Amino acid sequence: MSEPAFLAAEHVRVTLGGRRVVNDVSLSLPRRCLVALLGPNGAGKTTLLRALAGLIPAEGLVRIGGDVVASLSMRERARRFAYLPQGHAVHWPLPVRDIVALGRYPHGATDPARLAPTDADAVARAMQATDMVAFADRPITALSGGERSRALLARVLAAEAPVILADEPTTSLDPRYQIDVMRLLHGAAERGALVLAVTHEMGLAARFADMVLVLHEGGLAAAGPPAQVLTQTLLAEVFRVDAFRAERDGTPVIVPWSAHG
Amino acid sequence: MHVEAQKIAIATRRGLSRPAALLALSGLVALLFLLSLAIGPVRLSPQVVVQALFGGGSEEHRIIVQEIRLPRAILGLAIGAVLGLSGAALQGLLRNPLAAPSLFGAPQSAAFGAVLVIALGYADVRSFALPLAAIVGAFTSVFLLLVVAGRNANLLLLILAGLAVSSLAGAATALTMNLARNPFIALEIAFWMLGSLEDRSFRHVVLALPFIGVGAVLLMAQRHAFRALTLGEESAQSLGVNVARLRLLVIAGVALGVGGAVAVSGTIAFIGLVAPHLMRPLVGHDPARLLLPSACAGAALLLAADVAVRLIPATSDELRVGVLTAIIGVPFFLYLIVRERRSLGGGFS
Repeated sequence: MSEPAFLAAEHVRVTLGGRRVVNDVSLSLPRRCLVALLGPNGAGKTTLLRALAGLIPAEGLVRIGGDVVASLSMRERARRFAYLPQGHAVHWPLPVRDIVALGRYPHGATDPARLAPTDADAVARAMQATDMVAFADRPITALSGGERSRALLARVLAAEAPVILADEPTTSLDPRYQIDVMRLLHGAAERGALVLAVTHEMGLAARFADMVLVLHEGGLAAAGPPAQVLTQTLLAEVFRVDAFRAERDGTPVIVPWSAHG
Repeated sequence: MHVEAQKIAIATRRGLSRPAALLALSGLVALLFLLSLAIGPVRLSPQVVVQALFGGGSEEHRIIVQEIRLPRAILGLAIGAVLGLSGAALQGLLRNPLAAPSLFGAPQSAAFGAVLVIALGYADVRSFALPLAAIVGAFTSVFLLLVVAGRNANLLLLILAGLAVSSLAGAATALTMNLARNPFIALEIAFWMLGSLEDRSFRHVVLALPFIGVGAVLLMAQRHAFRALTLGEESAQSLGVNVARLRLLVIAGVALGVGGAVAVSGTIAFIGLVAPHLMRPLVGHDPARLLLPSACAGAALLLAADVAVRLIPATSDELRVGVLTAIIGVPFFLYLIVRERRSLGGGFS
C-alpha cells in the first residue's frame, strides 16, 4: 500500500437493535484497489458497507478523500459512493437504459429522457462495459438473473464514483458471470476507483482482489494481500472450514473442503 | 466514436407515446369539460356553451354555464386530477400498484370532519363550516399518523398507523351517525358520504383549489425520487434521496390534495386506484412519467362520471357520482387485473 489512504475509518461502531454489529473497525484503503470483504454470515459485512457509505448512523469517523462522510450532504455523499445492495430488487419493469441512467441521479441527471452529454456518455460506457447495449430497451424484469445483475452493476458503474461498494455482486451468478463481474470491478479499480466488494467466494477474492479484509464477529480479523491473509489457520478460525489450498502463477487457489473441528 | 454511436442508439429508441398520450388525454379532458358545461336539465349546444362562457348569449344561458355548471366542471377536473395524481404518487412511494389515496386515512378523516359538522347542524351548501372541518380532519390524520408512527418511521409502520387512523375515522363517522338526533341527519350524512358535485358554487372552488393546487405541486416535485425508488429504499437513499423526508412530503401532499377534494365533494372512490393502471399500458411503468398522465386520466374519469350522473334517469335525486365511480370503477379494475395478471403476478420481485 504505497498509495495514500482514500477511504479511512477510525473506530467505527454500529449498534442495531441493542446488538453491536460492527465493533471498532479501523481501516484505511487507497484508490486503484479492488478490496474483497470476507467474513462468515452475520459478521457485519453489509452493516460495515452501509456505515462507510453513511447510509446508517455509526459511531466513529469515516473520511473520504480527507472529508468527513457524516458532514457531507446526501447528494455529495451519493456522488462519492456508488452502492450496489444485496439482491436484485427492481420494483417496476423499467427499460434497462433507464435503470442504468439512475446511476447518474446524484449528478443531477434525474430524468433519463433528458441526459446531459456527459451523463449519456457515462451511461453508454457502463452499458458497453457490461455488454448491456443490446438490452437497452428491454424491461429489466424480463431479463434473466445474470442479465439483471449485470444491468444493476452497469447502474453502479455509470455513476463513475471514486468509491464503489458492492454487496455480494456475484451471488446467484454462474461461474462465467462471476468472473465477468469480478473483471468489471477490477477494471473500475484500474481506472482509479476504490472498489470494496463483499463476497463469500474465496477463490474469486484470491484471484481478483488486490487486498482482502476479513470481518469476524463485527471486528476486523485480518487485512492484507490475499496470499498472506487467506491462510489455512485463518480459514479454520474464522470460517470454521478446512480448505484445500494450492497456487497457480503466484495466486492462491482456495477451495473450502470440510467443516473444521 | 464507438461510444458516440452507442449513445445515439441509446437515445433514439425512446418512444414518442407519452407526449402523444398526454396530448390525446388533454383533448379528452377539454372535451369532457365542455360536455360538463353543456349537459344538465337544460341541454345546450357547443356554440351556446362557448358563447355563454365568454359572456355572450342570453342571460339565462350565461347563468347556467358560468354560475351553475362552470364551478362543477372545474371541481370535477381538479378533484379527478388530484385523485389520479395522489394514487400514482402513493403507488410510486410504496412501489405497489394497490396503493390508493385512502391508504393513510386522509379522506376518511376529512369525511369524519365533514360528517361531524352535518350532525351538529352547521352544514349548509353555502357555508364554509363543512369544507373547513373536512380539511382540518385531513390534517389531523397526518398529525396523528406522525405521532403514532414517529417522524422517521419505516413504511410498514406508517401503513399500520394509517390503517389505524382510517379505521378510527371510520368508527368515529359511524358513531356520529349512530348518535344522530334524528334519522334525517343520518340520511343526510349517508348521502353526503356518497360523493357529489351537485350544486357547488365558486365559493367551493375558491376554498378547495388552493389545497388541491399545493398538494399537487408537492407531489409533482417528488417525481424523480419515485423513479429512484424503483431500486428500493436503500438504493434510493444511496442515490441521495432523503427517503424519510420523501414519505412525509407525499403523505402531506396527499392529505392536502385529497382533503381539499373531500371537503367539497364527499368521498369519491376508485379514481385514485384506477387512473395509474389505465395509464401504464400507454406510457409505461416509470413512476415519475406516470404522474401527469394519471392526473389527466383522473380528471377525465371524474368529469365523465359527473356527466353520466346527469344523463342517467333517476327517480328523485341525481345519481351520486361517488356511487357511479365505484360501481363502474370496481368491475373495470377487475378487468384490468385479469388483463395485467401476467405482468402483475410474475414481473416483480
